[in-house]
Amino acid sequence: METQVRNKIQNLIDSSPVMVFMKGTKLMPQCGFSNNVVQILNSLGIEFNTFDVLSDFELREGIKEFSNWPTIPQVYLKGEFLGGSDILIEMYNSGELKEKIEIELAS
Amino acid sequence: MLTKEEVINLITKKIPNSEVYVESLSGNDHLQVTVISSEFKGLSLIKQHQLVYAALKNELASEAIHALALKTQTFK
Repeated sequence: METQVRNKIQNLIDSSPVMVFMKGTKLMPQCGFSNNVVQILNSLGIEFNTFDVLSDFELREGIKEFSNWPTIPQVYLKGEFLGGSDILIEMYNSGELKEKIEIELAS
Repeated sequence: MLTKEEVINLITKKIPNSEVYVESLSGNDHLQVTVISSEFKGLSLIKQHQLVYAALKNELASEAIHALALKTQTFK
């Protein structure tokens, strides 16, 4: 991966406490998995920023290598990789997600 | 296009001591995969999923598997 792409990803992650790399936008997700993550975060009332990987092919491929994670969406909390759609759904259902995000955002 | 058996073989080859269940969500490139393995013990969910993704690395990169809903757990 080019340094430029890596830096761009890091800057995006640093730009918001909760950063979601997804297909499409908050208002118009372009994939069911990305939509799951948006719905979950919205239902918890959490503020988050998104980046549409469909708008940037280099970043779309780069983020997979960056996170060692082959699928989109990808969620970062306070600079740390939290997981993709499956993990967020599981954490949401167990109540762990709300707790973890609230603790991280308060610290 | 992969068969369910091929997906199961790829995963069990990489993750021994595992039970793998594969269901099609739509066509054979949208899959729901459940992996139960003793290898997951003590690993975070992220690490568990990364092990499965690693087993299917080429198939995900080539989009032979286009979408993968994944569930991992250890034996109860």
